[in-house]
Amino acid sequence: MRFKDVFSIIGPAMIGPSSSHTAGAVRLGLAARRLLGGTPVEADVAFFGSFAETYAGHGTDRAIAAGLLGYATDDGRIRTALEAAHAAGMAIAFREGIGPYPHPNTVRLKLRSAERETTMTGCSIGGGAVEVVEVDGFDVRFSCHYPTLVLFHRDRVGFLAEATASLTRSGVNIGSMDVDRKERNGEALTALELDQSPPAALIGELRHLAGVRRICTIDLTRGGE
Amino acid sequence: MRFRSLQELADVCAEEGKPISAVMIEDQANESGLGEEEIRRRMSEYYAVMKEAVARGMREDTTSASGLTGLDAQRVGRLVQRGESVLGADAGKALSYALAVSEVNASMGRIVATPTAGSCGVIPGVFVSAQERFGWDDGRMVDGLFCAGAIGYVIANRSFVSGAEGGCQAEIGSAIAMAAGALTELRGGTPMQSVHAVGLALKNTLGLICDPVGGLVEIPCIVRNGFGAVTALAAADMALAGVRSVIPGDEVIQAMLEVGSAMPEAFRETAKGGLANTPTGRNIMKELKNRAKRSERERSDDGA
Repeated sequence: MRFKDVFSIIGPAMIGPSSSHTAGAVRLGLAARRLLGGTPVEADVAFFGSFAETYAGHGTDRAIAAGLLGYATDDGRIRTALEAAHAAGMAIAFREGIGPYPHPNTVRLKLRSAERETTMTGCSIGGGAVEVVEVDGFDVRFSCHYPTLVLFHRDRVGFLAEATASLTRSGVNIGSMDVDRKERNGEALTALELDQSPPAALIGELRHLAGVRRICTIDLTRGGE
Repeated sequence: MRFRSLQELADVCAEEGKPISAVMIEDQANESGLGEEEIRRRMSEYYAVMKEAVARGMREDTTSASGLTGLDAQRVGRLVQRGESVLGADAGKALSYALAVSEVNASMGRIVATPTAGSCGVIPGVFVSAQERFGWDDGRMVDGLFCAGAIGYVIANRSFVSGAEGGCQAEIGSAIAMAAGALTELRGGTPMQSVHAVGLALKNTLGLICDPVGGLVEIPCIVRNGFGAVTALAAADMALAGVRSVIPGDEVIQAMLEVGSAMPEAFRETAKGGLANTPTGRNIMKELKNRAKRSERERSDDGA
C-alpha cells in the first residue's frame, strides 16, 4: 500500500500552497538532512517533471531548503527558508534535472557537509507522502512514514541475520526492509522501516556489527527538529 | 487495515454493525499501535487547524504572493450575509468557507492536506458549515474526518490523489467524494449510502484535468474547491435520498485510474495545457517569470 494510514490522507498540517510540491518537498529535505547528518554547507538540487516545471510557484525551492534546515511541514518559517539557508551559510542551487526520472515529482539532492557528501533521490507521491528511491547510488525504496534505519555496510554472509537479531532483542518490529549492494562483498545499504523509534542502545549495538560504516535514523513521525 | 476497497469497507461495517468512522478508528489504532484516544486527539488537532483556516480566510487578507487571488471567500460571504445567495445560506456558506481555506493555502498560510493542499478547502468547507448548521460537537466532526479518511485511503491506494499523477479529478474529485461520504454518515446514512455518495461524486469529476495557471495552486484550484464543496452537498443529498451509484464506487475509482493514466502530461500539473495554456494563462506565466527574474537580480545585486 502506497498510503499507509488515515493520517497520510487527512494531514499533514502544513504551510501551503501544495502538499506534493511544498509539504512533500519539506519532508524530502528533512530525510536528506538526516542522511547527511546535519545542515549541508552545499546543496545541489535537481528538479524533474512537474517539480521542474512549477517549483517556483509552489515554493518547492523554499520547501527543500526548509527541510534541509530541519523545519516541520507546518513551520511558518518555510516562507523565508531560502534567506535562512543563506544566513546559515548553506550554498543552495536549483536546476532542472537531466535524464529519466521515476515519478512526475522527483528531486535529486547532492549534499555536502564538513564531514561527508551524500546523494538522495526522492519522489513526492501526493498529499505530502514521499518515497526515497536512491541513496548514494543504491537503489532502495522507503516511505519515511515509519521511523527508518539506514545502515551503510559491507556485503557479507550473515550480516542481515545479525542485524535483525539485534532488532529482535530490542523488541523492535520491522515493517519492511530493502537491501542493495554495489557488488558482491562490496558496499551495501539496508533500509529498515520500523514500528517504533529505534532505541539508542539498539543503534549502539548495530554500530558494532562487523562491516558497518555508518547508521542514520530518519524519523519524520516527529515533524521537524 | 481490514479493507482495501469500498465494498470491503462496507462489508466490515455491515458485519460488525458499525459506521465507517468506527472501523477506521479501530484499524488506525491497530496499524499505529496507538490508543484510540491518542488518534482522536491528533485528528481533533487537525480539525482545529481547519476551523482556524476558515476563520482566517473569512477575516484576513488572503491576497496571494502572485496577487492573482484572494478575498473571494469574503465577497461570497457578504453575498450570503445579505441573503442574496442563489444557493441559499447553507450551501453558500459551504462555498465561501471552502474558498476561504483554499485562499489561506494559496497565500502560504497553515492548512491541513485533505487529501492534498490543492484540495484542502472542500472538506473544511463542508464540515465547518454543516457543524454550524446542525449544531454537531467537535467530537462528531472528528468522527466524520475518520470516515472521510477511510474513503480517501481506498481511493489513494487504488487510484491516485495527486494532480501530477491523475489530474484534478484525483485531487478535487477525491476530496469531494470524501466529504460527500462523510456528510452522508454524519447525517445518519448507512455505510452503503456513503459508498454510493462516493460513486456519485467521483463520476461528476471524472476526466477533470489539472491545469494550474502559472503552475500556481490558485487558478482554477481555488474556485474548484468552492464548487467541490457544493457538489459534495449534492452527492450526499442524493445518497441520503436513496439514489444509488449504478456503477459501484470501486469501479468508478478504477475508471478514474484509467482516465488519469491516459491523461497527457500537459494536463497533469505541468502548467503546459488547459487553462494554463490559454493566451491569458500564458501571459500570466510570462509575467510571473519576469518578476521572478527581476527579484533574483535584485537579490544578487544586494549580495554584491
